Amino acid sequence: MKTIHALAAGALLAAAVGQAHAAEIEVLHWWTSGGEAKAANMLKQKLEAKGHTWKDFAVAGGGGDSAMTVLKSRAISGNPPAVAQIKGPLIQEWGDMGFLGNIDKIAKEENWDSFLTPQLAAYNKVDGHYAAVPVNIHRINWLWANPDVLEKAGIDDVPKTWDEFFADAKKIREAGFIPLAHGGQPWQDATVFEVVMMGIGGGDFYRKAFVELDPEALTSDTMIESLKTFKKLRSTMDDNIAGRDWNIATSMVINGKAAMQIMGDWAKGEFTAAGLTAGEDYLCEAAPMTEHMFSYNVDSFAMFKIDDEGKQQAQQDLASLILSKDFQTTFNKAKGSIPVRLDVPLDSFDKCAKASRKAFDAASEGNGLVPSLAHGMAVSASVQGAVFDVITNFFNDPEMSAETAAKRLASAVRAAS
Amino acid sequence: MSQTDSPLPRSRAKAARHSLSGSLERMLPRLVIAPSLAVALFFVYGYMLWTFVLSLTDSGMLPQYDFIGFAQYARLFANERWNVAATNLVVFGGLFIILCLFLGLMLAILLDQRIRQEGALRTIYLYPMALSLIVTGVVWRWILNPGLGVESLVRSWGFEDFTFDWLVNPDMAIYALVMAAVWQASGFVMALFLAGLRSIDDNLFKAAALDGASLPKVYWRIVIPCLRPVVFSAVMILAHIAIKSFDLVMALTGGGPGYATDLPATFMYTYTFTRGEIGLGSASAIMMLCGVLAILVPYLYSELRGNKHG
Repeated sequence: MKTIHALAAGALLAAAVGQAHAAEIEVLHWWTSGGEAKAANMLKQKLEAKGHTWKDFAVAGGGGDSAMTVLKSRAISGNPPAVAQIKGPLIQEWGDMGFLGNIDKIAKEENWDSFLTPQLAAYNKVDGHYAAVPVNIHRINWLWANPDVLEKAGIDDVPKTWDEFFADAKKIREAGFIPLAHGGQPWQDATVFEVVMMGIGGGDFYRKAFVELDPEALTSDTMIESLKTFKKLRSTMDDNIAGRDWNIATSMVINGKAAMQIMGDWAKGEFTAAGLTAGEDYLCEAAPMTEHMFSYNVDSFAMFKIDDEGKQQAQQDLASLILSKDFQTTFNKAKGSIPVRLDVPLDSFDKCAKASRKAFDAASEGNGLVPSLAHGMAVSASVQGAVFDVITNFFNDPEMSAETAAKRLASAVRAAS
Repeated sequence: MSQTDSPLPRSRAKAARHSLSGSLERMLPRLVIAPSLAVALFFVYGYMLWTFVLSLTDSGMLPQYDFIGFAQYARLFANERWNVAATNLVVFGGLFIILCLFLGLMLAILLDQRIRQEGALRTIYLYPMALSLIVTGVVWRWILNPGLGVESLVRSWGFEDFTFDWLVNPDMAIYALVMAAVWQASGFVMALFLAGLRSIDDNLFKAAALDGASLPKVYWRIVIPCLRPVVFSAVMILAHIAIKSFDLVMALTGGGPGYATDLPATFMYTYTFTRGEIGLGSASAIMMLCGVLAILVPYLYSELRGNKHG
């Protein structure tokens, strides 16, 4: 009887609380493709189970570029959404302009600091207060491979160094396949380049060049060697890369037209959708020379400043839902990433995700945990754009030497920052 | 007296009514036009002014008003990518206008020879204009893709060494853009010229023939000079298509390979909206405006003055 009373009282209280604080919040995101859209919908249902209303504000396209454009125009007109998907240093920029709220209350209650890596948590804090909540961790430096193609070319194992890679590429070419699948878009060029560079230069060099933007590092011999290796990769690709989307390149690996691709672990979604199993039908290994490196791309949801208490409550509830173990598991399985919570077990995840967590732990103990520049985690959008320009131009211009490119890189970065 | 006087006030009242309705009549067009004029002033010239003001600030992701003089223009001209974009506009715009005028005129003259099925042919040539530039861009991307389109077709016929890689070759990609744009717009220019040709009196041809002029000579010396106003309209329309070209570039090359086919419009969009450099983007927009004015003002001046004399 007592328990029933308690339950009833609890239910009443919950209903009362729910009614007092139920609010509609608008959520801006760019999760519009297959698995992501499903995950967004799941989050929406859970939020609505708490009595709030989720007003969907999905903006597709450009890996979030279009969403950011919309967000800016809404913010300028003084009407930003309550929650928006923003990532990396951009969260700081919005915070410095005074747009973001504070969700320390829920962060303290749930003790976020105990299960988030400090390096990643820092992105979500403005002046030491939580203003955003991280969702997932993608690893960029992956090499995806089709084992059938490798076998036909007489290769036993995925290449571990760039010398091995170029030797294998020759064999693959002779067997009639394309060694490396790639799409000629600036961000893809930059993705491959940063993976090459972090392999050759290591974690400290990477941070010096692409986080601190040290001009000496940008024009150093290590940089020139990285650029040369990167340019050499052009010969292992086919001629039709211009403008190709990353998922088309992935499908070339799936169909057995190409042997390998360097891409972040969202590529796994394509393999999964094709009904392939990790470790058997396709291989996921660290890109050559980057075994001890983990270049990360973390999506976050930033909470905008609002006065309405109900909406503030809804923001906190959403943050708590996003970090719940349940959502972390389901969402990250669909997205191909690993949970941001280090205390979520990965038993039900595939081989690649387990390998990713292992690499993450090893890299954060060593000095291999680095932010991805190609995915907007390392520097501001303007510097990132300047780097993209130089890298993609160098890659496409047969005449430009690596020395010139390094000089241009340094001067473009200086002009943009 | 009172009887003779009475018509006067009445006529005065009438006159007053007349002048009231008269002034209303005079005012009405202005009143009707006023809102649209105000809207145009605000949204076109107001925003031009705002863009200019922004180009003098160090605005980053959002507009702000710390004035730094013309520093953004200095940065713009030091920017490698801007130089590529500006050069591309000259190459693209120049070739596009010249080729469209030439092809359009040729097609119009040939169609004007009283041929059969002229209506059907005219529609076929004019049809590309009905397509969105995005569609044109995508179709040409497929045609020009070395692995899918012309190159692979000719190679499959047995010409193994045939290469046609304009789309992936940074030096040639801008010409691929010209090709697609000319395909799209030359039919429209043809229609303009055809209308112009139809308005030329037949007797002119007959008179010239009597004087012993050959047909090419008639066209070169008499007909084409008569088409001068049409050339004027065509250049106006083509110039603004060239300068605002954005969707075609996005669909056909995405500005690539690298940024080899960037045009000022795509440059402006990239910097203002995706790179969070509103100040620099505004400076590039103002430079585009200056470019347009530098070409159009002298042309308009000479053409309109010429018309008055003629």
